Amino acid sequence: MSFLDILYFIVPSAIFYAAPLILVAIGGVFSERSGVVNIGLEGLMVIGAFVGILFNLLFADTFGGLTPWLALIAAMVAALLLSLLHAVASISFRADQVVSGVAINLLAIALALYLVKSIFDKGQTDFISERFSRYNVPILSDIPVIGPLFFTSVYNTSFFAIAVAFLAWFVIYKTPFGLRLRAVGEHPMAADTMGINVARMRYVAVMISGALAGIGGAIYAQTITGDFGHATINGQGFMALAAMIFGKWHPLGAMGAALFFGFAQSLSIVGSSIPVIQEIPNVFLLILPYVLTILALAGFIGRANAPKANGKPYIKGQR
Amino acid sequence: MSNRATNLLVPIVSVVLGLIVGAIIMLVSGYNPIEGYAALWNGIFGDLYTIGETLRQITPYLLAGLAVAFAFRSGLFNIGVEGQLIVGWFAAAYVGVAVELPKIIHLPLAILAAAVAGALWGFVPGLLKAKFRVHEVIVTIMMNYIALHVTNALIRTVSEGGDRTERIFASASLRSEFLENLTEFSRLHFGLLLALIMVGVMWFILEKTTLGFELKAVGFNQHASEYAGMSVNKNIILAMVISGAFAGLAGAMEALGTFEYVSSKGGFTGIGFDGIAVALLGMNTPLGVIFGATLFGSLKYGALNMPNAAGIPIEIVEIVIAVIIFFVASGYIIRLLLLRAAGKKKEAK
Repeated sequence: MSFLDILYFIVPSAIFYAAPLILVAIGGVFSERSGVVNIGLEGLMVIGAFVGILFNLLFADTFGGLTPWLALIAAMVAALLLSLLHAVASISFRADQVVSGVAINLLAIALALYLVKSIFDKGQTDFISERFSRYNVPILSDIPVIGPLFFTSVYNTSFFAIAVAFLAWFVIYKTPFGLRLRAVGEHPMAADTMGINVARMRYVAVMISGALAGIGGAIYAQTITGDFGHATINGQGFMALAAMIFGKWHPLGAMGAALFFGFAQSLSIVGSSIPVIQEIPNVFLLILPYVLTILALAGFIGRANAPKANGKPYIKGQR
Repeated sequence: MSNRATNLLVPIVSVVLGLIVGAIIMLVSGYNPIEGYAALWNGIFGDLYTIGETLRQITPYLLAGLAVAFAFRSGLFNIGVEGQLIVGWFAAAYVGVAVELPKIIHLPLAILAAAVAGALWGFVPGLLKAKFRVHEVIVTIMMNYIALHVTNALIRTVSEGGDRTERIFASASLRSEFLENLTEFSRLHFGLLLALIMVGVMWFILEKTTLGFELKAVGFNQHASEYAGMSVNKNIILAMVISGAFAGLAGAMEALGTFEYVSSKGGFTGIGFDGIAVALLGMNTPLGVIFGATLFGSLKYGALNMPNAAGIPIEIVEIVIAVIIFFVASGYIIRLLLLRAAGKKKEAK
């Protein structure tokens, strides 16, 4: 196998694994940039995956090939509603945001499995019939090197995820809304003084994070697993959280980190058929994203600073 | 109503609200909540065997709760109890199978190994927090996954490709014929005593030693503690190490008492995360942890009876636990409502 062949093999699968991570990590960026820590990404992803699969199973006959896309919308709405719970607790009720996030995670997986068992009478759902399918982008896939790397047997969802990352960058850095979002996360009192409604900004941000995490979960379930059970998501949300931090709370940074983590994940799965890499014990590839995140936080790979007011409830009139 | 009384009422109101939400969910999804809770009750107190098993389930919850609570008291949020528990589980089981020694040496050695492994896993986030001001929440989450994958790899190595270790030697076991006979051969083991002793140890450290005073001071106000001449960094590291040791002991309960082996895991045990619920409900006090662990351990074990007796998925209990955490975390609003209700009563008089 030549080096290029290995790349042709690895890069598409890395992008494939990265797509859900990118979306969820971007969701995390929105929430944390507004000052609300969202550990609940994992749970929001779980609900997205569950609702996506459920919708797909129920309506595959009605909508045919369109089903996976419509399932994304259903998943988005469901996760958005769940994220509202986190928003209410951490913004209006001044709950500890980490604790509330933990509760969201426990609640999501319990609720999803409860419903799975109530509806299907077994531990996991059936496999879906309408999946996102791979295809070759016309013309572009004929370009030498770049074609096979990026445009052969790809998913539309991957392009969607990358597009969302750039859109998020534009929204956060180039629009008044983004400026307010960042202001609320850095110094809510100053933002409040300037007439920005801190609570409303934070609600919107948390809801965006819920929506994106829901879509990410549904994409993961509809491309990678094909059904929903207790181990479907299994830490992907935390991986996305890691990507967000490794990307220094920047949408494009988060996208880069997610791509890298997707690369590490795909290596740990397909690496056994690649020379050199198959010599590395699998465990090192599995823990790589987590170790890198810790190193990034410790400042060994450039300092990662969280938004100043991240995790603090804003109480009007309190210094 | 006094402040203290409202503080005590918040967890109780939360538990009641959690159970009500659980009942509503059962009702909406077409189950009978009364049957469901009756099955839960019987799953906890049905006979001597279930009571023994419930107590067995409470044991690791006590220690996981202590771990979270201890860190909380020093102002640290240890979400890494899960990972520390997993490495403790592995360490205890490894010592249990690797050597055969007289019980009086072997058992303490295995327990100690678990505590040290957990402490080591707590030391890393503690050190990073002290040296680089890295937030411990993220590091401990990452350490959880590292623990999961590393122990799985170690189990594969130790068992030469298998997915569980041999059963530990009897000399390292916490099992007790006496307790088993008492409870119609449940798996209740001596670990419960150890866990209760540790509750006493936590109380002693926090209330009766200089170390505990400093840890609490750091938890209340780092700047004031620094100004008073305490080493904040040292206390942060110590708090995480002790917390990790408690979590490691929780793993030892599973390794030396309940299962007597360690198997590779596809996901987390959940005990560590439930420890957060235990600590929160118990308001991070040693006595409160006993209360919280008893409640959540009982719910968790009793739920196993629900599918058979009432046809309800066990996850309903997890939902109830999540809702309880949610309400405890939102204590501010419950307190506000309680105070308002109390105020109205006063006016009426």
